[in-house]
Amino acid sequence: MKVELEADKCVASGQCVLAAMDVFDQDDDGIAILLADEPAVELLDDVKEAVAVCPAAAIRLVEQ
Amino acid sequence: MADTLAGPVPESPDSLPEFPMPRQARCPFDPPPALKDLQEKAPLTKVRLWDGSEPWLVTKYADQRALLGDPRVSADTDSPGYPTKASPEGGEGKLSFIMMDDPEHARLRRMVTAPFAIKRVEALRPAVQKIVDDLIDGMLGRPGPVDLVEEFALPIPSLVICELLGVPYDDHAFFQDNTKTMVHRDATPEQRGQASREVAGYLATLIGKRLAEPRDDLLSGIAGRVTAGEIDHRQATEMALLLLIAGHETTANMIALGTLALLQNPDQLALLRESDDPKFVAGAVEELLRYLHITHLGRRRAVTEDIEIGGRLVRAGEGVIMANEIANRDPEVFPDPDRLDLTRDARRHVAFGFGVHQCLGQPLARMELQVVYGTLYKRIPTLKLACALEDVRFKNDAFIYGVHELPVSW
Repeated sequence: MKVELEADKCVASGQCVLAAMDVFDQDDDGIAILLADEPAVELLDDVKEAVAVCPAAAIRLVEQ
Repeated sequence: MADTLAGPVPESPDSLPEFPMPRQARCPFDPPPALKDLQEKAPLTKVRLWDGSEPWLVTKYADQRALLGDPRVSADTDSPGYPTKASPEGGEGKLSFIMMDDPEHARLRRMVTAPFAIKRVEALRPAVQKIVDDLIDGMLGRPGPVDLVEEFALPIPSLVICELLGVPYDDHAFFQDNTKTMVHRDATPEQRGQASREVAGYLATLIGKRLAEPRDDLLSGIAGRVTAGEIDHRQATEMALLLLIAGHETTANMIALGTLALLQNPDQLALLRESDDPKFVAGAVEELLRYLHITHLGRRRAVTEDIEIGGRLVRAGEGVIMANEIANRDPEVFPDPDRLDLTRDARRHVAFGFGVHQCLGQPLARMELQVVYGTLYKRIPTLKLACALEDVRFKNDAFIYGVHELPVSW
């Protein structure tokens, strides 16, 4: 599974960081950045939560 | 109870349900029974507002998320069909970017996102902890009962926003007195207006100082945008005022109403009091945000292109109201939704909204509430309500739900 992030859409809610701190971080303006675009299997539930809570629909999890 | 909505939902325009609907006095934490009834029987229906207009009322969680995330739905109060405020009280004035659409909304919002990044907010946690501890010391140093709203819930967001904006400590008293008047229940509209102008003038002056001598605070960040020619001084002041106002009533009511809800659910209060796990406290905050849904008069939008949703066609130029309080009680998303359960995973609630306008200050609000809920009941384990529940005055008509005062003793 691969994580895709559209930073242009991000509204800096920080929810992805709270849901999956090992996968997402924020730049100086609070805009989300990807730490790992192919996260380990044990992190997938957290990533799915991040996808669900992102208010701007800026994150997707896609099958490779 | 809810006799008027026991039958099928009315179709004739003469009998449209009126919005907002009354709560049930003996269930002060629950949404109006009529909203629950609509969610079950007519999740998307027209309602009538006080001014006779007839926007759509959206009660299902999934429909609300879809509409709030849809670019064909406008937050601009000037858009045709935008529903008027839920009561004749309170002006309609535009409040900076929260009442604009992209791309201007995004341009302005991004100017003030930096201080709300998780790491920046976490850096403020020790300062917030000190504010909370000092206020508790102050309460404990006096004989009870005290009004928790006045002595604890309202000062917290005020002092925290001072820290964040960079208001000098010497000006705290002036700043706090005026912000208190701005949101005080007994203040007249004139007094509120005057206080608001005082604070705006003060912020404008402070932004001027930061233009000359920037520091590491939010006002300097905003001043930097003026220097860069992205906004003018007036827009900078409006933005600072928005950030100041937005966090006040909301956080204060979450603190006071949340405490009352916990006092009424002693088993849940005990969980908080006995837990040393920050993750548990963070989860409890999410559940309280879901359960209390203090923004209880609906999120309003105007539809700019026809949208089909929930089997209905909502047309361009029609208004929609998202009753988010009932979305947070949607049984399809939150099983046994009317139960306050601090152990549940409530992170998907819409207490902060959804879509591009979702609350900018949510990381700060979360941190403040985590410190409060994680501290107050441990430091005052015998905290109790100092009046009968029936005597607590709830803010049924206010834009943000809560209690007018909360007498407590220990």
